[in-house]
Amino acid sequence: MISEHSQLGPILALAQRDFTKLLRDRARLITTLIFPFVFIGALGGALQANFGAAIGYSFLVLTFTGVLAQTLFQSTALGLISLIEDRENDFSQEIFISPLSRYSIIFGKILGETLVALPQGLAVILFGLVVGVPLGPGSVLGLIVAGTIVALFGGAFGVLVLSTLQSQRAANQIFPFIFLPQFFLAGVFNPIQVLPWYLEIASRLAPMRYAVDFLRGIYYAGSPEYDKVVLQDPLTNLAIMGGLFALFLGLGTVLFVRSERNR
Amino acid sequence: MTVATEVAAPATIVVEGLTKRYKGAEVNAVDGISFRVAPGELFALLGPNGAGKTTTISILTTTLSATSGRATIAGHDLATEASAVRGSVGIIFQKPSLDQNLTAEENVRLHAILYRIYPYRPLFSLMPVGYRDRVRELAAILGIEKEMFKPVKTFSGGMKRKLEIVRSLMHRPQVLFLDEPTSGLDAASRRALWDHLRSVRAEERTTVFLTTHYLDEAEDADRVCILNRGRIVAEDTPDKVKRALTGEYILIDAEDREGLRRELALRAIPFTETPQFRIPLDEFGAHPLLRSIETPLSVVRTVAPTLEDAYLKVLAQS
Repeated sequence: MISEHSQLGPILALAQRDFTKLLRDRARLITTLIFPFVFIGALGGALQANFGAAIGYSFLVLTFTGVLAQTLFQSTALGLISLIEDRENDFSQEIFISPLSRYSIIFGKILGETLVALPQGLAVILFGLVVGVPLGPGSVLGLIVAGTIVALFGGAFGVLVLSTLQSQRAANQIFPFIFLPQFFLAGVFNPIQVLPWYLEIASRLAPMRYAVDFLRGIYYAGSPEYDKVVLQDPLTNLAIMGGLFALFLGLGTVLFVRSERNR
Repeated sequence: MTVATEVAAPATIVVEGLTKRYKGAEVNAVDGISFRVAPGELFALLGPNGAGKTTTISILTTTLSATSGRATIAGHDLATEASAVRGSVGIIFQKPSLDQNLTAEENVRLHAILYRIYPYRPLFSLMPVGYRDRVRELAAILGIEKEMFKPVKTFSGGMKRKLEIVRSLMHRPQVLFLDEPTSGLDAASRRALWDHLRSVRAEERTTVFLTTHYLDEAEDADRVCILNRGRIVAEDTPDKVKRALTGEYILIDAEDREGLRRELALRAIPFTETPQFRIPLDEFGAHPLLRSIETPLSVVRTVAPTLEDAYLKVLAQS
């Protein structure tokens, strides 16, 4: 037996399980690649062609950074919510009866889904290169690091959503309401520098906003467009995401475990 | 096992006044049950659908919290030492709980690492020698050396069940919970599974806590406990449960049924017509009884009750 307290091995094993599943699920790999193509290629390209000249920065690049953050955030969030599916397939029982801390289980799952999200992020970056988004080696590295943080944050958000849902059916019904409004409120492919007061409040309540803005802050750092595109300092966004991460993970895990046991 | 050792050995499972009422339910799913299971015992929990068997097992394996009452497993309190309880039990759920996307070996490896028996390594070939040997040994026992590295979704139902048992025993649990382990298996798979479990019990002295719908499987139990509507309605060895509820009886019949009926009444031999004449054997031996009957008989059959007879009777009574 190895140390009673070592949780790292089990966390890594849980993370590897999710990554292995992705590699064996070709259909899922393909569908996750189509979405960024549609948004960056079609929407970003169309907006650039029509309004690009008027706003003084590239719509294509704005959409690229937005979709990259959104893809990573949403992928891990949805991955966490797949714990519901596991529960219905009764596989999660096997994990939840192991003598492992509930936080380690959830954290292992977040890590695994982050590993699942990152190849998708890389695909978005590759696609960005193909359509002509300016990307040097430094920016690619910055985007990967920032993207990893965004993916972890999305995972914690997923835990919170998961803890309030009872079934996969409920999850499927609620998805559009949780993610679609955030696309617009977080400014994934639309500028949100100026918003009416009620949308400004809603936007500040959308966790995805901080993820998108953080990633843009890293990408645009030192560029002339920074002030036109980025809403606030990346460090401020990082602090907000850190606080929310701890809150979502703690509260979400407690609620999830309680709803599992107190039926 | 003698009475003296039964008292001396501390029970592996102690359940006292366990009660569970699900949210919004009007009645208790499990209603104040108490029992003890001795080390190494095969304990069978029986009951119709909805009797509270799965609820009981879920509580004992810490996936569901009790409304009231207490329980300990291997000396660990369920409410305060859930993690220690989880470390000392293995569970085979009603529905298969293997990850279908992983290979058999990957499922076993995940389990071994979650229970911290072996350190994490990303590949089988990098795992410690002890682990690799154990996996090969288990695969040989199951006769799946070739399939060990294939996805579980290609396995038959019986093979999956066996793999789950192998997996659940990796951390050498003190108690193995089996929640209807053979439901959905064909007769050959059921038998193979039980042969495997018997050898495991003989080698590892694992305490087995079983729920099942197949009463013939419970015949081998050291003790059976029958639940109905959340309450215990019988608890003893299978023999005693059978004897207490249904004795041996003899079935007879004759061409001249009217004559036989008259004769039995005349000799004050108690009988019930089912439609054959059923006579309990607790008062008479079979031989003196048959000798005393003069009507020529066309049917003679003695019947020893099965656990199923006793089970159905106890349910009807409760």
